[in-house]
Amino acid sequence: MTMRTVLLFALVALLILGTGVLQSWNTALVILNMGLVSAVMSLGVNLQWGLAGLFNVGVMGFVATGGLAVVLVSMPPVPEAWSAGGARLIGALVLGMAVIAAGVAAWKRLPRGWRGWALAAILLAGFFVYRAVLDPAVGAVEDVNPAATGYLGGLGLPVLLAWPVGGLLAAGVAWVIGKTALGLRSDYLAIATLGIAEIIIAVLKNEDWLARGVKNVIGLPRPVPYEIDLQNDAAFVERAAGLGLDPTTASTLTVKLGYGLLFAAVLIVLLVLAQLALNSPWGRMMRAIRDNEEAAEAMGKDVTGRHLQVFILGSALCGLAGAMMTTLDGQLVPTTYQPLRYTFLIWVMVIVGGSGNNLGAVLGGFLIWFLWVQVEPIGQAIMGFVTAGMAEDSALRDHLLGSVQHMRLLTMGLVLLVVLRFAPRGLLPER
Amino acid sequence: MSGGPYSDDRSNRDRSIANPAGAGAGTAQPVAGGGEAHAAPGGPYLVGEAMTGGYGRGADILHGCTIAVERGEIAVIVGPNGAGKSTAMKALFGMLSLREGAVTLAGEEITELAPQARVARGMGFVPQNGNIFTSMTVEENLEMGAFLRRDDFRGTMEQVYDLFPVLRDKRRQAAGELSGGQRQQVAVGRALMTQPKVLMLDEPTAGVSPIVMDELFDRIIEVARTGLPVLMVEQNARQALEIADRGYVLVQGRNAHTGTGRELLADAEVRRSFLGG
Amino acid sequence: MDIVNALVALANFVLIPAVAYGSQLALGALGVTLIYGILRFSNFAHGDSMAWGTMCAVLATWGLQGMGVSLGPLPTALLAIPAGILGAAALLLATDRVVYRFYRAQKAKPVILVIVSMGVMFVYNGLTRFVIGPDDQRFADGERFIISALDFRAMTGLDEGLAIKTTQGITVVVAVLVVAFLFWFLTHTRTGKSMRAYSDNEDLALLSGINPERVVLVTWLFVAALATIAGVLYGLDKSFKPFTYFQLLLPIFASAIVGGMGSPLGAIAGGYIIAFSEVGITYAWKKVLGHLLPESLEPSGLVQLLSTDYKFAVSFVILVIVLLFRPTGLFRGKSV
Repeated sequence: MTMRTVLLFALVALLILGTGVLQSWNTALVILNMGLVSAVMSLGVNLQWGLAGLFNVGVMGFVATGGLAVVLVSMPPVPEAWSAGGARLIGALVLGMAVIAAGVAAWKRLPRGWRGWALAAILLAGFFVYRAVLDPAVGAVEDVNPAATGYLGGLGLPVLLAWPVGGLLAAGVAWVIGKTALGLRSDYLAIATLGIAEIIIAVLKNEDWLARGVKNVIGLPRPVPYEIDLQNDAAFVERAAGLGLDPTTASTLTVKLGYGLLFAAVLIVLLVLAQLALNSPWGRMMRAIRDNEEAAEAMGKDVTGRHLQVFILGSALCGLAGAMMTTLDGQLVPTTYQPLRYTFLIWVMVIVGGSGNNLGAVLGGFLIWFLWVQVEPIGQAIMGFVTAGMAEDSALRDHLLGSVQHMRLLTMGLVLLVVLRFAPRGLLPER
Repeated sequence: MSGGPYSDDRSNRDRSIANPAGAGAGTAQPVAGGGEAHAAPGGPYLVGEAMTGGYGRGADILHGCTIAVERGEIAVIVGPNGAGKSTAMKALFGMLSLREGAVTLAGEEITELAPQARVARGMGFVPQNGNIFTSMTVEENLEMGAFLRRDDFRGTMEQVYDLFPVLRDKRRQAAGELSGGQRQQVAVGRALMTQPKVLMLDEPTAGVSPIVMDELFDRIIEVARTGLPVLMVEQNARQALEIADRGYVLVQGRNAHTGTGRELLADAEVRRSFLGG
Repeated sequence: MDIVNALVALANFVLIPAVAYGSQLALGALGVTLIYGILRFSNFAHGDSMAWGTMCAVLATWGLQGMGVSLGPLPTALLAIPAGILGAAALLLATDRVVYRFYRAQKAKPVILVIVSMGVMFVYNGLTRFVIGPDDQRFADGERFIISALDFRAMTGLDEGLAIKTTQGITVVVAVLVVAFLFWFLTHTRTGKSMRAYSDNEDLALLSGINPERVVLVTWLFVAALATIAGVLYGLDKSFKPFTYFQLLLPIFASAIVGGMGSPLGAIAGGYIIAFSEVGITYAWKKVLGHLLPESLEPSGLVQLLSTDYKFAVSFVILVIVLLFRPTGLFRGKSV
């Protein structure tokens, strides 16, 4: 911990506390909570990029996978849907996986000459059989009370369990991607991960039986009490009054603080683990591979294996963060997943914070998230100032005031460019 | 790793997200543009006088090394591996900055000129590697050689084709499809297209068969007979000294022996140390 | 069995849309591949460069329409393309001056440039939305169809109609002209050859006296033109929405990579391969098969391999297959 680190984290604290004093404590806690989630995400990306030099621009996909995990774990199951087509649906999925496995096996076992054709034949035939089994089952499941459910539901387990499951699910997806794409050149890996992320979002939007698609899953269970319950709790109201707060504010603050504490606990554990990993022999090896892949390979290091490992690990962190975020939102809305927000913004966090430095990634997560939230009110104020002299009905004035929200992207881009230009190693450089 | 925050290798298999060839001319720090030439009358046609310098901020490779070539001469730089032969030539061409010493071309001091400016002043340079445009046709390679010329260069192209007849037959073929010896001919031809006042060849016979090597040397003699001074770095010391009017034996960046090719071939110590007896 | 009707249906729903879409992708991929070949990085801001250029053209179109200028049956936007190119060129050249040039001088690793282009992507994205907003904009006017399905049926007496939209016709014609000009320029002009030389061997190009800044300048001009034309054609054919253009990045990169990064010919081939696969796999084949198969075998479902929402999956799968089996792309891109 250098002086610089302490000062920069103090600045973040000051910014959040300042928001609490100047705007509202609710806003401050909202920023803090999403800042914690962002920090976990950027920790994940920092593992991949900072430690191993893997260019993953599919963060959004892993975050969404984590979100899906929350639905699958915590929502109550829909028995009618299960009886309507649950078994067939699961069967179809298993069949699909079996087809892929058969294809891979055929490719590995068969002689070179015609294995391509065999693979194509297996996959094509398998695809049609799979669709023949899947489609009616999907139809049956989605027909069960489509307005309220229309999906299989989840397992009805405690929502906190969804966080590690989200990590695991994302790890599984990362394993599949890593197996196919990690051997490729890195710009190809970038495009591949970008594509995978879009596909995952397409699945979430489209497969209504899984998580209701664009109909969204709302009312996810919470790990913290509901505001309304707190407000009805006489003891709570009394304590709030003792602090000089009205019950509504006190309840919202309490709920947010609850989330904040949970998230902070997760972040601290992860940060400690990440720091230990960074300074362990494993971390030194990863950096050695990053700095000179050929030399590491010549020394007998399994470069592809290590890359797969760290890719899975980083993606799992993103999945975990995604699960945390969906829990915080209390709903899964596939259309809100946008690559600029969930992939590239995380990259801005890592680069600005300092790639290769875990504390830097965490700092970047907080700082950039704060900026992302606060650019709009700041922009509003600037635009208000700029347009102050214009006539009330001026079209330009309306346009400028209406476009304030787009200043965010512009600002993020400028921040990234400025940091790359003048502090290319980030605010907290590695070493 | 030498190069600051923007040159970190971070990435997969290729060590860069795209084309590492874009990283440019190795680690050399060429003379930056904007320098000026000064009059420096007298002396040989091209001379690097007491050159001292090295790559980047690294240790010096050349130590007071002097190389000169006169009109109509073939000068050859030979020496053991790591003696700084290619470095000396690159220093003449401005591909690394000198700490001490000066380079003079045709009575003008050009030490401060960037390589591109030296090309414009009549230095034709054929690097050892990557000396042709592989994806372009032979003719296009020659055209690119004449890129700076605004006059009609078809006559020069005919001269190159006369010198290397095989290139005329293959003028529409991609240069990358040619054999090693033919590629070297394209490379020399490309350099000749600028109508240089001096031709510099960095190991032109590296990796070609002995027969092709002899033929290449014949062509180089032919080029020199037209009055064009030729300076080359060579691994094949004996054959190179046989055609050399002037030879430089470098050892550890210093001039060890200097003389006509014949003198050096006859010198007992040179024979013992570098020519294998 | 009705082969003629099946062919007409196939042409109407698959071939014509795919040719138009493929031409748009090819133009986009040409831009990406030019930047890769000459500036040597994968430009993530390309989709947003397209959006910006198209936006300029849309604004110019509205201006022209406001002045009562029209091309009769052709869309007014064709007249506005030069304005769009000018706008895009101004932005790209300014970016190069302020941003990219510094990294070139530093000889920065391409991966740094890719991250820089991510920042540029954000900025362009914000700028475009700032000016025109994030919503759908339609700017097509003039005749909608060259042949409408109704006319075609009346003309031929077939059951199936064949519609060719004006925008589809224009797309193909313009794409052919642009590609022809680009190739002529690259192979027959001094500047074009110097661009190829620079892409092939940067150091030797410098030795030959080729001015890198000039090559870069001309490249950005071409990229601006290609991006704007591709964007305007796509916008005329479908509609203009900034986010859609950002998303086009994926099929465009897939086209460029499948063809072989750095190879212009490959970019074109890749564009059509991606377009045909996307349209073919997300099209419901029931109609075509209905004409081809005897009645007893007629399919009951839609025979749609994947829902249209999965079109990204198609680009992606083709990309992965090509990369696994032929890593330099079909046309041997720049060997690294």
